Amino acid sequence: MRKSTLLCAASLAAVLVSPVLASPAAAQDLTIGASAEPSALDPHYHNLGPNNAMRRHVFESMVLQDENQRLQPGLATSWKPLDDTTWEFKLREGVSFHDGSPFTAKDVIYTVCRIPNVENSPSSFTVYTKAIADMQAPDPHTLIIKTDGPYPLLPVEVSTWGVLSAAANGVTGDIGFGREGCSGTGDYPKTDDFNTGKAAIGTGMYKFGEYSRGDKIVFQRNDNYWGGKADWATVTFRPITSDGPRVAALLAGDVDMIDKPPLQDLERIKNEGFQVSQGLSNRVIYLHMDQEQEPTPGVTGTEKNPFKDVRVRKAVSMAINRDAIVARIMGGVAVPAGELLPPGMFGSTPGAGAEEYNPDAAKKLLAEAGYPEGFGLTIGSPNDRYINDAQVAQAVAQMLTRVGIETQVDAVTASTFFKRRNQYEFSMYLAGWGSGTGEMSSPLRALVATRNKDKGYGGTNRGRYSNPDLDALIDQALATVDDDKREKILQQASGVVMADYGILPLHFEVTPWAFRKGITYTPRADQYTLALGVKPTN
Amino acid sequence: MLVYLLRRLGQSLFVVAAMAVLVFIGVYAIGSPIDIMISPDADQAEMEAAIARLGLDKPLWEQFFIFVGNALQGDLGKSFVYSTDAVGLILSKLPATMELAMLALIFAVFIGVPLGMVAGLRPNSLAGKSIMTGSILGFSLPNFWQGMMLILLFAVVLKWLPSGGRGDTAELFGIPFSFLTLDGLSHMLLPAINLALFKTSLVIRLARAGTREAALQDYVKFARAKGLSPHRIVLVHIAKNIMIPVVTILGLELGSMIAFAVVTESVFAWPGMGKLLIDSINLLDRPVVVAYLMLTVFMFIIINFIVDMLYCVLDPRVRLSEAKA
Repeated sequence: MRKSTLLCAASLAAVLVSPVLASPAAAQDLTIGASAEPSALDPHYHNLGPNNAMRRHVFESMVLQDENQRLQPGLATSWKPLDDTTWEFKLREGVSFHDGSPFTAKDVIYTVCRIPNVENSPSSFTVYTKAIADMQAPDPHTLIIKTDGPYPLLPVEVSTWGVLSAAANGVTGDIGFGREGCSGTGDYPKTDDFNTGKAAIGTGMYKFGEYSRGDKIVFQRNDNYWGGKADWATVTFRPITSDGPRVAALLAGDVDMIDKPPLQDLERIKNEGFQVSQGLSNRVIYLHMDQEQEPTPGVTGTEKNPFKDVRVRKAVSMAINRDAIVARIMGGVAVPAGELLPPGMFGSTPGAGAEEYNPDAAKKLLAEAGYPEGFGLTIGSPNDRYINDAQVAQAVAQMLTRVGIETQVDAVTASTFFKRRNQYEFSMYLAGWGSGTGEMSSPLRALVATRNKDKGYGGTNRGRYSNPDLDALIDQALATVDDDKREKILQQASGVVMADYGILPLHFEVTPWAFRKGITYTPRADQYTLALGVKPTN
Repeated sequence: MLVYLLRRLGQSLFVVAAMAVLVFIGVYAIGSPIDIMISPDADQAEMEAAIARLGLDKPLWEQFFIFVGNALQGDLGKSFVYSTDAVGLILSKLPATMELAMLALIFAVFIGVPLGMVAGLRPNSLAGKSIMTGSILGFSLPNFWQGMMLILLFAVVLKWLPSGGRGDTAELFGIPFSFLTLDGLSHMLLPAINLALFKTSLVIRLARAGTREAALQDYVKFARAKGLSPHRIVLVHIAKNIMIPVVTILGLELGSMIAFAVVTESVFAWPGMGKLLIDSINLLDRPVVVAYLMLTVFMFIIINFIVDMLYCVLDPRVRLSEAKA
């Protein structure tokens, strides 16, 4: 009798203390431990990965990007260019916002009007709307968009922003679109209105539930979703920015899934009965070389800038054993790169393999270029931005030293690294580029096109590589609306850079996700962690 | 008393001014937040607009004078990332940190003082020796590692307690607190223990040293001679007299627990001020970091002041008017 009372009390205590028992993990709920947190729930406040991933649960775009960033119908069922500067989007019928109001072309126009009017936006979405010269809605489910010149990236760019409801924000009359300002839109909602949930009204599969900064973001299922029923009644994102605690939260069963588990923990996670899915990301890790300054700050032992000579650039590329870096430093969780975009994405060249490792040929080539004794070099690298970035730079340094280029690594924290890189302090630096648009013009335009403020070219070309042939090809691709033709031109442009060794791709990052048994997650090239892609297996 | 207060005030103002210069220059001279905050897709025109909007195009001295001008009006700047008032942002995280620090403080006092007194009264007993050995562990093992071990043992292996986060909260005066719900309390337990471990060891050592010293004092001998019960001697005569160093240290440690619970909050994903500080440093959200450090300076000044007052209460021999420094 007494013993059973004790037992009873003990189990009661256990129930009270243990959250696992107190709230049995309902099969309808999903909790995700996220490595990064959005800075706001306003879909147009901050154009950054965590924000963009989070907004897709609530706010949808006319065009969606699938796991490989290929375009799919979203709120628009189809789109086509009517001529070089006019696009027609057919909008989905029978879609309603979370507040019940119907979705029409007016909502899209309202959204484009609001994007430049977000107060204090640290990084605004105007980059993706500035091509839009005019918008017309001949009927509620047809949208005509005009651009200044031929603009093939329009469908990609409309996939980057989510659509707001005009009615939910108090707009009942007609809206007139104008680049310098729209008419009839009234006051736009403030960023805080989204954070409190007041304005967080979209067409998405999930509705705003709760937002507590630093603690959790909760979404509820939208039962009236046009695309069918969501798999989870409640989705909770919990930001756990430190790696160890995030893994612990998964192992303890507090979260169902985590993103970016550290590579060294993958084995342990699998051994404990959890699952890992991983896929190629759109991010390439590359080495850029200063091809302008003479002498260049990080090179010693010569008065010249050796990287202006294509033979030196080629020698460096051949001296790097990319397979070894992938196998030993990246633990196999990466793929050697032969160009700036992974195979299978728009504009990549089938069969573009990575440079063969050949240290002997590299030495010979260096001697031919006038550096038989090599030279001294310092590589700049961040040490907390990309997966194992500083270790990769170290490995590259050892490989270059082996062929006679005495190399040291200057690895610093990302914020300092980027500042110094932008002041051209490095003769060679390691960095990464994720292609937001998922197609080849993104890395080409940013990394290797000649720096040109007016055209927006070469924004991240801190090696100041310049090749008029390449620039002409990029111009041509960006004025070709026909997808097949454009892809061919982009492949050709990529070939030009690679043959010229204008930049040296090292590897593509592979992104892992870890989750409990009973669910699956399809890896995404954009590295987004979306509850939309988490499926129960039974 | 009044002279003393005025002198303290003057010193405090000097400290605040010196800190403002050091902190501002230290934080604003490093790195470039633009490259971390802004999307790489943004073109140069937009980058320049963002730089101008944040005032980063101005020379450092000009930025500093703008900062001081605003600070004198009580405005410590706006977060670059969240574009909200930096002080408001920090204060919104204060309750989470405070409740954690308070629970840790309670643990430290109610575990540390009795254990330390036991070790002081019976220094050569098995209990006394084990307590002292245990306190060495509390001192020497890194906080981060202790936290991870707590998680591993109680969350991963035994699955008794959650591994992190804040759990359910309930509102008191419109502020959400975890200690008001059972689930919230279960979330608080591990981080509070983690935060308290070092302080508990500290208190144990102070209480032990104090007890050993006090036990030999004349007034204790006299009390014994008077025939007072051992309980009364320990609880009244010794306990009260060992509290001065304990209060001093805990006062200072409370400040550091609130201001720099960074490790514990990161390990347990506790959404308090420490985690905000680390995230802000990583994002180079300069106004938040500067505002944080300035608030910390204020807090330490106030805590020190309260500690001095408490001395006075605990030991009437201490007279504030005589205190120098």
